[in-house]
Amino acid sequence: MRSLWLERLVRYFFFLCALSAVVITIGIVVSLLGETLRFFARVSIIDFLFGLTWAPQTLPTGETSGFGAIPLFTGTALITLIAMAVALPCGTMVAIYLSEYASQTMRQIFKPVLETLAGIPTLVYGFFAVTTLGPLLRDTAEFFHLSLVSESALNAGLIMGIMILPYMSSLCEDALHSLPVALREGSMGLGATSSETILKVLLPAAFPNLMAAFLLSLSRAIGETMIVVMAAGLAANLTFNPFEAVTTVTVQIVSLLTGDQEFDNAKTLAAFGLGFVLFVLTFVLNLLALYGVKRYKRIYG
Amino acid sequence: MPLKIDVKDLNLFYGDKQALFNVSLGFPEFQTTALMGPSGCGKSSLLRCLNRLNDIIPNVHIQGKVLLDKEDIYAPSLDVVELRTHVGMVFQKPNPFPHSIYENVAYGPRIHTLFKDKTELDEIVEKNLARAGLWDEVKDRLHQPATRLSGGQQQRLCIARAIAVNPEVILMDEPCSALDPIATARVEELIDELRERFTIVIVTHNLQQAARVSQQTAFFHSGHLVEAGETGALFTMPQDERTQGYITGRYG
Ligand SMILES: Nc1ncnc2c1ncn2[C@@H]1O[C@H](COP(=O)(O)OP(=O)(O)O)[C@@H](O)[C@H]1O
Ligand SMILES: [Mg+2]
Repeated sequence: MRSLWLERLVRYFFFLCALSAVVITIGIVVSLLGETLRFFARVSIIDFLFGLTWAPQTLPTGETSGFGAIPLFTGTALITLIAMAVALPCGTMVAIYLSEYASQTMRQIFKPVLETLAGIPTLVYGFFAVTTLGPLLRDTAEFFHLSLVSESALNAGLIMGIMILPYMSSLCEDALHSLPVALREGSMGLGATSSETILKVLLPAAFPNLMAAFLLSLSRAIGETMIVVMAAGLAANLTFNPFEAVTTVTVQIVSLLTGDQEFDNAKTLAAFGLGFVLFVLTFVLNLLALYGVKRYKRIYG
Repeated sequence: MPLKIDVKDLNLFYGDKQALFNVSLGFPEFQTTALMGPSGCGKSSLLRCLNRLNDIIPNVHIQGKVLLDKEDIYAPSLDVVELRTHVGMVFQKPNPFPHSIYENVAYGPRIHTLFKDKTELDEIVEKNLARAGLWDEVKDRLHQPATRLSGGQQQRLCIARAIAVNPEVILMDEPCSALDPIATARVEELIDELRERFTIVIVTHNLQQAARVSQQTAFFHSGHLVEAGETGALFTMPQDERTQGYITGRYG
């Protein structure tokens, strides 16, 4: 008998590791839920989820109106949409160029550059947004006689899009490059051009992985705080106009929790409420995505 | 029998490495030619010269001529995309697209707009699935993913897909090597039927297969064409000792 008990020990050890990850996650959710319930004891959940005015900072302590989260969620959605409108097409096109058209040498240069860019701290991009892109956008808008506040949704969205672009391109490139050569040759062998092959065979075949790349980038964009704090600002406007300033859920969580606060006032607890809703939203999003990808794979895998 | 394809003094290089040496070989129309020889001797390389699929590999360099109906397919004025509609290909591993059975066959006709309306496309799909002997097996599930078919069915689907663009030549690179014996027999039968309408070039390692489906066999060794001739004669009376060695199983 060669140390069967050791095998068993090792097995329990790894089981404990896996278990602790699950337990910690559950613990976080439970404590988040607890604080959230305390918050909803003071502020009605209906007012919170459907209220149109967000102004907890200007409230005197004890007041419980002005906790309408809708502007925060629309702000988040607007900025995310703009970011994805930049990153999705650009990322896919960069990936297509690198995996289908670039020469060996080009690929060897570009791929590591992209991966390095993907790892740069987001703060640096936020700084770039505030100092360069903001004024540039404002001047451009002025030239066309449009008014654009320098902390606009457009500004923040563009920066966020640029920020996730390297990440997104790199993931998409992996997705395309890992496709079997036989698929490419099968299409070319039927007299398809490169672009027909990409559009009609390669992109559909890589779809599940492209989807995953998209979602990873999306959750990164949604959770992003630093950039929006610097580039977007704190004004909780309810608007879909990209030229106006908006704010996001994560930014508000930060500003609610900064400074000396007792933990049982409605303002502080609101941060937990926001956090919980954000958690539920991203959770559902990921679940839907997983389900979608799995379904697609079952059909075409 | 007139020559459909005529290869003249073909040399092929991957970068600095030469893979084919002065190959000259004619492929008679409406016959099946088998390319044989040990692994790495250049069979696939030669096959992929015939539809210029080597073009998509970087650093491939070719000298010599390949004539299709007396026209040089490496002439600068030639349209490669059009060439590949005349010379179709079936690969070693079945490679259906991640689409439905129907869309796999419709792919070629769609990109080359070979039909006027949906009814005509339906007919094209049915006709080619039938020619590939697959229609009865799939007619009730045309819109299911092609990847759910068995390996043998997938390979016949790939044949249907290839012939749906009305090629004149079909190139097959070890089309049965990933199939079980029963599926192999089905595909071999099909190849023999297809000879009526197409000129076929098939790479195979299997002597029995070459004997069953081909009229002409060419034997290669290390990038050189060793000998070529009528299949039966080549197998019973090989002129070169390397061919003899391969046939009697001394190597390969
Ligand atoms: N893409 C390629 N790049 C470089 N060398 C290659 C490539 N494809 C094939 N070769 C080489 O060319 C020779 C012939 O290969 P191939 O035509 O595939 O042989 P076969 O099909 O007879 O097994 C081999 O030595 C192989 O290593
Ligand atoms: Mg080969």
